[in-house]
Amino acid sequence: MDIKEYIASGILELYVAGQLSEEENLKVAEYAKTYPEIQTEIEEIEASILALSKAVSPKVPLSFDVFKQKIEIDESSEVVPLKKKRVNAFWYVGWAASLLLTVGLAYLYMQNEALTSEIKLFKEQSLYLEKQIEEARNSLARSKALLENLRDRNVEVVPLGGQEVAPSSYAKIYWNKEQQKLLVDAQGLPDPPEGMVYQVWSLTLNPLTPTSVGLLEDFTADENRIFELANNNSSEAFGITLEPAGGSASPNLEQLYTLGTVSG
Amino acid sequence: MKGLLVLRNSSQLFIMQLEVLITRFQQKDASAFEMLYGMYAENICGVINTIVRDEALAQELCQDVFVKVWHNAASYNSAKGRFFTWILNIARNAAIDEMRSKSYKNQKKNLSADSFVGILEQVGNADEATTDVAGIRALINRLKQRCVEIIDLLYFKGYTQKEVAEELEIPLGTVKTRNRSCISQLRESLKK
Repeated sequence: MDIKEYIASGILELYVAGQLSEEENLKVAEYAKTYPEIQTEIEEIEASILALSKAVSPKVPLSFDVFKQKIEIDESSEVVPLKKKRVNAFWYVGWAASLLLTVGLAYLYMQNEALTSEIKLFKEQSLYLEKQIEEARNSLARSKALLENLRDRNVEVVPLGGQEVAPSSYAKIYWNKEQQKLLVDAQGLPDPPEGMVYQVWSLTLNPLTPTSVGLLEDFTADENRIFELANNNSSEAFGITLEPAGGSASPNLEQLYTLGTVSG
Repeated sequence: MKGLLVLRNSSQLFIMQLEVLITRFQQKDASAFEMLYGMYAENICGVINTIVRDEALAQELCQDVFVKVWHNAASYNSAKGRFFTWILNIARNAAIDEMRSKSYKNQKKNLSADSFVGILEQVGNADEATTDVAGIRALINRLKQRCVEIIDLLYFKGYTQKEVAEELEIPLGTVKTRNRSCISQLRESLKK
């Protein structure tokens, strides 16, 4: 269809004037829906008639309020109130439904918020538990390794008794001669004061010759208080003294905490 | 803004599709009706006034028309024409019925003789300060007499094409094209 020609024919002006047959009206309305140009043209024609008719309007403005009363009075005195009631019912039901929907949506929103924060909490908890399991696994592995070390056939157990400075203290040394390795169980020693460190000495008795085996560094770091040291001496006894941080070249015997001889 | 209308209520600014507004009106939504009333009441009263030539009577008839519009809301069908055209028809019929009633029988002859130009002249004399009316008046003055006649008959008096052709003594086929060119002139002058 030639839209321009259709518009130029003047049919749209007659459409706005209401001078077309019903059939023609339907056709124009259909074209207006299909072609935006036609719709715009119709609106502009209508606007020009609106402007013109407004200019010839009575100058006393009509208030809708007065008018509203009029239709309300008419409405209430209407002979067939059934229709009106039905409309009102729809009106109220509509509002009630929309209110219900709003409340429902708000409720769902709140539920969703609560669930989201709960999920977050569970995630955090599960992360924490995983960490704990990991720690427990590590701890178990360490304990197993420790136990294996202690059970080794080549291990000699040397109990160390408390000395004058700390009579109640004790320690145990597990000496794997083959691997030249010491495991020092220092559970019976008090935590060293700040700036001091326990030093383990290997002793040969005749004559008494102390050789430093190592320091129990970071004493409080290991909860089990088990320390691994290397020892390639043919030790006859072990002693543990308290020394200034970094250790000493020779033991301070006044600070000898525990001492024990190798049995055999 | 195609299809959209901006309506200013006493306190609110509505942007709503005319179709939606009309649908709500047809469901007997009084607030939608109030907006439509705000959009078209003055124009419809104007059209009635061109026919009855009496402002007080035009007001009264205009109210009756809108009451009718309200009660017959369901009978409007957008597939069959513009909403404005629908009210326009109701208004013209009401005004013409009034003119044909006894009290105006004697003046019936004058019905077709005068056009809206007369009213514009009266309005202009009564209230020279109203600038938009003055503006419209100026543009009407620019419209050729034959345009004034044809617009008045087709839109305000509701004459059919055939009646217009007879009244103006022009060929039937000319009515459509002449009206088109006259409305185009009107639109042109409104743009200025």
